[in-house]
Amino acid sequence: MTDSASQVLYQARIPIYPRSVKGRFRTLKWGILTFAYGVYFLLPWLRWERNAGPDQAVLFDIADRKFYLFDLVMHAQDLFWLTGFLLVAALLLFFVTSIAGRVFCGYFCFQTLWTDLYLLIERLVQGDRVARIRLDKSPWTANKFLRKVLTHILWLAAAFLTGLTFTLYWGNAPELIVEWFTGKAPFAAYATTLFLTITTYVMAGLAREQVCTYMCPYARFQSVMFDEDTRIVAYDVARGEGKAGRHKVTRDLKTLEQRQQQGVGECIDCGYCVQVCPTGIDIRNGLQVQCISCALCIDACDTIMGSLGWDKGLIRYTSEKQAEGKESRILKPKTIAYGLVLLAAIAALLWGVSNQAPLEMSVVQVRQPLFVRLSDGRVQNSYELHIENKTDQPLKLAIMMRGLAGAELDVGKLSSVEIGPQRSLRVHARVRWNSGNRHKGSRSFEFDLIPQTQPEIGMISAPATFYMPGGDS
Amino acid sequence: MSDTKKPQSAVQTTGHAWDGDIQEFNNPLPNWWLWAFYATVVFAVVYWIFYPAWPVGSSYTTGVMNNITFVDSDGTEKTMHWNTRALLLKDLQEGKSATLSREYLEKVQGADYETILGDAEMMAFTRSMAVGLFGDNCMPCHGAGGGGVMGLFPNLADDDWLWGGTVEDIQTTISDGRYGFMPSFRETFNDQQLDDVAAYVLSLSGQETDSASAQRGKRLFQTSAGGCYYCHGTDGKGMKSQGSANLTDQIWTIADVPGADAPAQKRAAVKAVVANGVQRTMPHWSDRLDKTQIKLLTVYVHELGGGQ
Ligand code: SF4
Ligand code: SF4
Repeated sequence: MTDSASQVLYQARIPIYPRSVKGRFRTLKWGILTFAYGVYFLLPWLRWERNAGPDQAVLFDIADRKFYLFDLVMHAQDLFWLTGFLLVAALLLFFVTSIAGRVFCGYFCFQTLWTDLYLLIERLVQGDRVARIRLDKSPWTANKFLRKVLTHILWLAAAFLTGLTFTLYWGNAPELIVEWFTGKAPFAAYATTLFLTITTYVMAGLAREQVCTYMCPYARFQSVMFDEDTRIVAYDVARGEGKAGRHKVTRDLKTLEQRQQQGVGECIDCGYCVQVCPTGIDIRNGLQVQCISCALCIDACDTIMGSLGWDKGLIRYTSEKQAEGKESRILKPKTIAYGLVLLAAIAALLWGVSNQAPLEMSVVQVRQPLFVRLSDGRVQNSYELHIENKTDQPLKLAIMMRGLAGAELDVGKLSSVEIGPQRSLRVHARVRWNSGNRHKGSRSFEFDLIPQTQPEIGMISAPATFYMPGGDS
Repeated sequence: MSDTKKPQSAVQTTGHAWDGDIQEFNNPLPNWWLWAFYATVVFAVVYWIFYPAWPVGSSYTTGVMNNITFVDSDGTEKTMHWNTRALLLKDLQEGKSATLSREYLEKVQGADYETILGDAEMMAFTRSMAVGLFGDNCMPCHGAGGGGVMGLFPNLADDDWLWGGTVEDIQTTISDGRYGFMPSFRETFNDQQLDDVAAYVLSLSGQETDSASAQRGKRLFQTSAGGCYYCHGTDGKGMKSQGSANLTDQIWTIADVPGADAPAQKRAAVKAVVANGVQRTMPHWSDRLDKTQIKLLTVYVHELGGGQ
């Protein structure tokens, strides 16, 4: 029943076995990785003295709708900062990409960092490239089984630590971790940990370069930010291929002079650059969409060139123009424009953050009933004032009103309200007024809030309207 | 993946051919898809064991090892099998916000009215709790926000308090209820006299009326001929102990004077009240609400109109 028609609809993934490499970019990448993991895994444990609120340096408190970032406390109303932050991040990415290509992918992307960690585990348990390929081809033995199982256990452990750490950012870490292991943590904590564990394991362990090639949106649109001046990882074709192409090192093609005489390039076709590539491409075929600019092929080729005593940089960071021997500019109108917009966005965000109002008030008019008539013929409207103290000190506030001649404000026995640090409060206020029939319908006025402690905050106001029914009063 | 691209698997057919050359492709599902499917099957079986799953007659399988235990509001320990209702009940008793609000409630329970009224946080808490209580119990008559219904149920948001507007008075009104009664004067007064009394009552609050008629009404009101002053007082200002209305202010709870346009209509409205009398009952709530609930409602109602 197998009658093959020779069409391919689906191609299985060809496994990639990146080989380890040493070099300056690899060292740099290990440095960045160590730093990033240090920050990520330790930050939830960093304590921070605050007058009010938790003593965790970074805490995203969803239940209380407050984000704590060191000395900055972000309230629900400040959520637009997040928009600003994302905008700055996007612009920064554009700016950097147009100058230096995909440095984000190669050095800072979580996918790259975690895949690096997983590859390290894989190498420690199963050996380097050749050993891994041999192991995969060999029949199932106890040794193979053990190594495979151990790899996956370590991967899962790394994924679990990642997921658990992520969860700790959303609660008081020392408490939450105890609750987590004693089964008392909220459901969301378990769900988040599980989700992050699974995604980390699948993305860094199983999907790897396929994430960059098929899933990542940035990989899709970064090409529009590239131009002939952008720094990319490139193979120097002229030097590597010469006139007669690349050739292995043989007895009569050993020295540079021999090779030049015969028109052979400097690439010795050792394939090291291909073997180290985590996305499994051959950079000698030119810039490809899969290349994440991790520069490992540079390290690989530099090692080879170094051992031969030839000039390094057969594969190097260069731009299309440079590769053609032309002058290449870094600052050109497009980059400058990106840069200016980026600076403007950063300035706006900083302005927004540094001008966070320490005290806020909003007013909602009570609509049921909209008004009542009082025994002396005046009309009464009621309001609910929502006051938020964003400082870390308790505040004593006087509530006043302004803008309705002769109106009386009644906040009951609360001559002044006291509101705790980082707390909000609702106050019910009544306003009584007799317009003497001069005004009907709605009339605007303002509530004022005057800090009695910390007067440097200054008075703040919120608009409100008074409804005066028509007809005689 | 550039030059290593080789056909990994050619598409297979089922081997049949119809009409000579029509073949049926055989494209098996990818393995990851199949495994994901098997995983859902395993998940379903595990789920059946641990969670409520199968209908059995009029009941259902409840699952094993999934008990939810919590201490109910009356102090008894309850254990139920897993279901979302039990989860909710547990959360209502032991959840973070439930615990917090219970702590706050205890604070309010322990405080006297003077303290509550002077504390912004307690007031805000009381209000948030009492809005629900008021909505469940009081709103059907007094309306959301206590606006009342003209002629039937008093407005609680104004500054007129038939039975007194101090917290003590309000608490008594809510827990013991009130019975408001004004006799019908249809038998006592003739039509002319009813008109006169109505005119006098209107004049008390500065409404425009026929002054001669009002003078005659005043005599009926202030002497034993009519006897209105027994309850409303000689000056017409009402008496809290009786729940009798203050007739000299601008608030009308039964005769819709502000809603009438012409003086004649206003007079007719008042006259009808005098002729028919008034009977209003506020039920007592001491049986239905506990002390704390009444306390919360007292503070809320007091705050609505500003109290006394
Ligand atoms: S081609 Fe080089 S820079 Fe690009 S992904 Fe491969 S190793 Fe990294
Ligand atoms: S590592 Fe360098 S020398 Fe070796 S194949 Fe790649 S480009 Fe050629």
